[in-house]
Amino acid sequence: MEATQGHAHDDHHDHAPQGFGHYFTTTNHKDIGSLYLWFSMIMFFVGGFMALVIRAELFQPGIQIVNPDVFNQLTTIHALVMIFGAVMPGFVGFANWQIPLMVGASDMAFARMNNWSFWLMPPAAILLVGSFLVPGGAAGSGWTLYPPLSVQGGMSVDMTILAVHIMGASSIMGSINIITTILNMRAPGMTLMRMPMFVWTWLITAYLLIAVMPVLAGAVTMLLTDRHFGTHFFNAAGGGDPTMFMHIFWFFGHPEVYIMILPAFGIISHIIPTFARKPLFGYASMVYATASIALLSFIVWGHHMFTVGMPAAGNLFFMYATMLIAVPTGVKVFNWIATMWKGSMTFETPMLFAVGFVSLFTIGGFSGLVCAITPVDITIHNTYYVVAHFHYVLFSGAIYSIMGGAYFWLPKWTGHMYDEKLGKVHFWLTTIFFNLTFFPQHFLGLAGMPRRIPDYAPQFTEFNQISSIGAFGLGISQLLFLYVVIKCIRGGVKAPAKPWEGAEGLEWTVPSPAPYHTFETPPSFH
Amino acid sequence: MNSAHDVYYVPAPSKWPVVGSTALFLLALGVINLLHVGRTQGLMLLIAGFAVLTYMLFGWFGTVISESEGGKYNAQVDASFRWAMGWFIFSEVMFFAAFFGALFYARQLSVPLLGDIDNTLLWPGFKPNWPSEGPYLTTPFHPMAAWGIPAINTLLLLSSGVTVTWAHWALKKNNRSQLIMGLAATIALGLLFLVLQISEYGEAAFSLSTGVYGATFFMLTGFHGFHVTLGTLMLIVILGRSAKGHFTPEHHFAFEAVSWYWHFVDVVWLGLFIFVYWL
Repeated sequence: MEATQGHAHDDHHDHAPQGFGHYFTTTNHKDIGSLYLWFSMIMFFVGGFMALVIRAELFQPGIQIVNPDVFNQLTTIHALVMIFGAVMPGFVGFANWQIPLMVGASDMAFARMNNWSFWLMPPAAILLVGSFLVPGGAAGSGWTLYPPLSVQGGMSVDMTILAVHIMGASSIMGSINIITTILNMRAPGMTLMRMPMFVWTWLITAYLLIAVMPVLAGAVTMLLTDRHFGTHFFNAAGGGDPTMFMHIFWFFGHPEVYIMILPAFGIISHIIPTFARKPLFGYASMVYATASIALLSFIVWGHHMFTVGMPAAGNLFFMYATMLIAVPTGVKVFNWIATMWKGSMTFETPMLFAVGFVSLFTIGGFSGLVCAITPVDITIHNTYYVVAHFHYVLFSGAIYSIMGGAYFWLPKWTGHMYDEKLGKVHFWLTTIFFNLTFFPQHFLGLAGMPRRIPDYAPQFTEFNQISSIGAFGLGISQLLFLYVVIKCIRGGVKAPAKPWEGAEGLEWTVPSPAPYHTFETPPSFH
Repeated sequence: MNSAHDVYYVPAPSKWPVVGSTALFLLALGVINLLHVGRTQGLMLLIAGFAVLTYMLFGWFGTVISESEGGKYNAQVDASFRWAMGWFIFSEVMFFAAFFGALFYARQLSVPLLGDIDNTLLWPGFKPNWPSEGPYLTTPFHPMAAWGIPAINTLLLLSSGVTVTWAHWALKKNNRSQLIMGLAATIALGLLFLVLQISEYGEAAFSLSTGVYGATFFMLTGFHGFHVTLGTLMLIVILGRSAKGHFTPEHHFAFEAVSWYWHFVDVVWLGLFIFVYWL
């Protein structure tokens, strides 16, 4: 992959505006990418703080730190903040920074709307996190907002509903922007099947977002009218059904799970070939696997509801459809391993996170398969096994890829190399404490400990204490990540245009840091 | 297309996004205050939110219109607009899908299940017929008949699809008077639809709280009516721009986007007519 540089004239009119004020009006994809990434970082610590209060409460049986109401509020808002505040904006930050650089576009297709997508996030976050301060506290219904709890809650539930509406509008606009940029602004010569994998995964993710965010908006709108305007969508007395909400919610919710992992697959598909110094094994199969996962995600939502009393035929259908997803996911994992096979491998921090991702995400994938088996799920539904499962796919999946991707592209974004030694320390601390936190939760779940309960039977104490110690270690280790990022922004060894020997792609043809404007005339891509 | 040099137009920094976010934040606070704090605070915040939103819409669309008329959008930018409008309409389709999903779920699953043998002890004597207000509510009601106003409304919207296409043909032949007549006729049909819809609501012998029938009826027709209102406003803007001499036979994506949107609300109506009123 070779590219002629379309940026030779950039240097003399590359005036990056100074000061924070310009971020309010900016139309530059790099500015907006940075805004998203910092927003994601802040929300990661906000949500992480809530997780630590939860783990502190669970350090021993009984009620010590927070009352059960506040505990429910913390689990609810921790999840919403991490999903909508940390993981999704994190990936949108990567999309903003990388997609125009990777496809050779001058900016996103709709630069103003791009900024609007970002600036909808802070008001939504204020509504969501600020709801702790209103009478009655935050929403305590769980992030899934199931009625009747969510119909009975106080004004914080309305704040949460409106926050979801605003974040949904942001996601839809962001996705339209990303799809349009990818479909319409690729450099000449970059056919669809020659696009970088990260671009492919975001194309498919954006499609999923546009398909399901409006469905979530519809679901929470029905909640709002059930709460205040006398409708009976989710009330059996009027012919409705709370289970109907669950079906509509999970029609959004399962694709949402893949919205949070497909861009991760994309990032990993760049890091592994770079540090194995081999092209990605099975590029076309990676594309088809990503598309298959996305399409299958629309017909598996019922596996979140095996215990609600669906007919056996329904449970069977959702069980088999879910297990089918293991096929394209397996294709991906084997492709990453085959990429490493006989590669000339080095283990810089991004590669450590990528290898950690492949190992630990696969554990989460397998525990997902366990959960997909209806009769097994009936016993582990709503236990800590499920908590362990989705933290293995979301933390050691989505968050590992965000961190690995950040280390991978920080030299391009900041112009400096990050501190490799501290990066490696960060990876190992994270990996040790992550497993210490979440691995014991498998055993707790299998032993029958229910989730979302602040108290537990005394025989669960030891594993909970291990988990809580791990959680505090994990949380504190992330301050090191913040430190490494700030240190890298402020200085360090000057990064060359292509800091990684094995890296490929248009983004490495521009200088580091990437100039404020790049590819104002499209590069030619051979 | 119209640009002197073929570079993708990236706009200068703009205040409109932050103004728009402020508007939505004020509107959200207004709703919350209206529901929980007090009518006055709520209404004041809502009015402020709508004022800021209107300011943003005029400012932002005004900027885009002057950029378009100023020839800043080349063929590639035009293609971006086409992709974006298509995907936006797809998102709207999925929004309506949530409510159609609720309707089908209620008709096929929740109401029949409430009347089946497992629930006779809980809800004795409940007949699970559609339309239903559920087993507990007992206010008598009459469902909306399909072959009165709704059938007339179907004809109106289908005709408006014809008139907007007639206007589009005129624009492509640069026949400005036929363009304006076609747009005016489309707007008139849209307004007539809305008037009839409001009078139908006035005559309805049930309400939003008439069980799941009332809920699905008013949410589906209400959101559709809201979309017709938006579409009509958009058509009025296009009519105003046509009268001012905007658009050329080759370069008129704003017109096409609005007509796509109009056809979309038309198709949604056909779904409503069949599944909400008729069957």
